[in-house]
Amino acid sequence: MIETAFAALVGVFFAASIYLLLSRSVIRMLLGLTLFGNAVNLLIFTAGRLTREVPPIVPDGLKVPTEQIANPLPQALILTAIVIGFAMFTFLLVLAYRAYQTLNADNTDTMRLTEPKGGPNPPLSY
Amino acid sequence: MIQTLTPAADWVVILPVVLCLVGGALLLMLRNSGGYLASFAILVVIAVLVCDAQLFARVLAEGPVSMTMGKWLPPFGISFTADLMSAGFALAAAVVTLVVLFYVQMDPEGRDGSTGLYSLILLLLGGVSGAFLTGDLFNLYVWFEVMLIASFGLMVIAGREIQLDATIKYGFLNFLATSFFLAALGLLYGLVGTLNMADIIISAPKANPAGMASVAALFLLAFGTKAAAFPVNAWLPASYHAPPAAISALFAGLLTKVGTYALLRTMVALLPASREILDPVIAVVAILTLLIAPLGAIAETNLRRALGFIVIGGIGVVVSGIALPTLQGIAGSTVYIFHAILTMSALYLVAGLIERTTGETDTRRMGGLYAANAPLSILFLVLVFAAAGTPPFLGFWPKLMLLGAGTEQSGMTTGGQIDWWAVAILAALLLNAFLTLIAGTRIWAHVFWRQGHEGERSEEPNADLRAPGRIETWLGLVPAGLLVAAIVAMGLWPDLLVHSGTEAARGLLDPQSYIAAVGLEPTP
Repeated sequence: MIETAFAALVGVFFAASIYLLLSRSVIRMLLGLTLFGNAVNLLIFTAGRLTREVPPIVPDGLKVPTEQIANPLPQALILTAIVIGFAMFTFLLVLAYRAYQTLNADNTDTMRLTEPKGGPNPPLSY
Repeated sequence: MIQTLTPAADWVVILPVVLCLVGGALLLMLRNSGGYLASFAILVVIAVLVCDAQLFARVLAEGPVSMTMGKWLPPFGISFTADLMSAGFALAAAVVTLVVLFYVQMDPEGRDGSTGLYSLILLLLGGVSGAFLTGDLFNLYVWFEVMLIASFGLMVIAGREIQLDATIKYGFLNFLATSFFLAALGLLYGLVGTLNMADIIISAPKANPAGMASVAALFLLAFGTKAAAFPVNAWLPASYHAPPAAISALFAGLLTKVGTYALLRTMVALLPASREILDPVIAVVAILTLLIAPLGAIAETNLRRALGFIVIGGIGVVVSGIALPTLQGIAGSTVYIFHAILTMSALYLVAGLIERTTGETDTRRMGGLYAANAPLSILFLVLVFAAAGTPPFLGFWPKLMLLGAGTEQSGMTTGGQIDWWAVAILAALLLNAFLTLIAGTRIWAHVFWRQGHEGERSEEPNADLRAPGRIETWLGLVPAGLLVAAIVAMGLWPDLLVHSGTEAARGLLDPQSYIAAVGLEPTP
C-alpha cells in the first residue's frame, strides 16, 4: 500500500521536474534538475523495500536476521547520490550565475554563441 | 569474509585509477609551485600507461582479473574487474591523455598550472579509467560523475563567453543523462537485489522480464545521451568546439566512448534478454545516427563543429554493432571504439593546429594550407580516411567485421529468410562511410586545397596564414604525428587488435570467465 503511495509521489516529482526542465529559464531548469534528483532518490528508496521500525541489526549469536529488516543499502546509495547531486547543483548554479553576469542572459533562447541563429549556408565550392 | 591480503600483482587493476586521483590531488596542492606541474602530470600518465599495458597483457594471457575492496566477499564488496574490453579501452585512453598533455603545452591559455588544468586532466583520466575498470554498477555511476565534474571544469577553464554557453548546454544534458542512469540503477536494484555486474548477469534471467525491459530502455536512453546517439545528440555539436583544441581532443576521445562502453556492457553482457525486446529501437537509432551525422558534417562550416558530427557518426557505427549482436558484430563495435578513441582525438588535435595556423575557426575563411604546411595536410587526410574506414587504415577493419556480421545476420548469403533490419543497417553502414568520406574530403579541399577564402578571392593566395613556429612543430605537430603514425601502423598490422576485439566480444557474449574471475558461482 505504502509502496503505491510512494510510487505515485515519485511520478509527481518526475512530472514536475520535467515540466521545469522544459522551461527556457536557466534557474527553473536548475530547480527542475534538483527535483529530478530527488525523484530518483525517492525511487531508489522505494525500490529497495520499505519497512517500518525494524532496524537492520542481526541478533547476537546469529548470522542472518530472523525477520524482514530495513534495507540499509538503498540509504547508502541515496546518501552518495545526494552528495554528488549537491556538488553538481552547486557547480551548475555558479555557472548559471556567471553566465548571467557575462552573457547577460538567463534565457536559453538568447544563449546562441555556440550555435548562432541564422548560421551561414553550407560551404558552396567543390 | 576475505581474510587474506590481495596479491600485489592484482593491484594493477586499480592502480590506473589510484595514480590518477592521487596525482590530481597532489597537483592541486602544488598548483602554485611553478613550472614542474606539466612534467609531474606527464610522469603520472606514463605510470598509468605502464599499468594499463601490463593489465592488458595479463588479461590477454590469463582472462579477466578482479579485486574486491575491503573484507567483503563479492557480490557485497565493490569489485574492480578488468576484462579485455575494459583493459584495452583504458590503455587507449591513457595514450590519448599522454599525447594531449604534450599538446596542451603549446597553448598559452592552458599552460598556466594555477587554473588546475593538469589536476582536472588527471581527474578526467581517473574517472574514465574507473568507469572502464569497475565491476559494480553503482560504482560506474560514481565514476561517471567524477568524469562529468572534471569535464565541466575543463570545458569552462578559459572562462570565455562561448565556453560558458557551451558548458551550460553540456552540463545540463549530461547531468540529466546520469540521473536517468541512476534511476535505472535503482529500479534494477529493486528487481534483482544486487549491483555487482557479475551477479547481475547471474540473477537477471530470473527477474521480472517486463521490469527488466524498462530498465534496459532507461539504460539505452541514459547511455545513448552520454554517447550522443542520434535523437539525443544535441549537446555534442553545441559544446565540443568551444574549449581549447587540446581539451576538445580529450573529450572527443574519452567522453562519448565511455557512453558506448557502458552501452556495450549493459546491453550485451548484463541484460541480453531485455535487449532483444529493444532490438528494433536500437536498429533505428543506429541507422539514423549513421545517416544524419555525416550530413551535419557536410552542412557545417565551423571546422571543429563539423568534426563533432563525424564523432557522432562513429557512435552510430558502434550502436549498429549492438543491433547486430553476433560475435563478429560485437567484436566490430569493440575494435571501432578503440579506433575511435585514437582517431577522433587525433582529428581534433590536427584541427587545433589548423586553427592556429590560419587564425580562423570557420572553413570558409581558410585555404591554401597545403602549400604552407604539407605535413599537416597529410595528417588530416590520413585521419579522414581512417574515420571513413577506407583500407588500409584502422577504421576499415572494424567496419569490415560489422559488414560481415550484417551479411551473416541478414541471411542473404545463406539463402534463408531475409532479415530486413540487418539489410537496412548494412546499407546505412556503407552510406555512412561514403558520406563521411565526402564530408572529410570536402573539409580537406576547403582548408588545404583551395588557394584562398571562399567566394571571389578563392584563387588568390591566402595572406593570413601564420608560419608554424618551433613550439607548434615540436609540441603540436610531432605528438599528433606520432599518434597518427600509431593509427597507421595498427591499420597495417591489425592482427593483435582484431584478435583482442574478437576475444573481448566472446567474453561479453559468454561472460562465464568474467563471473568466475569475480569469484561467484557461474550459472549452470
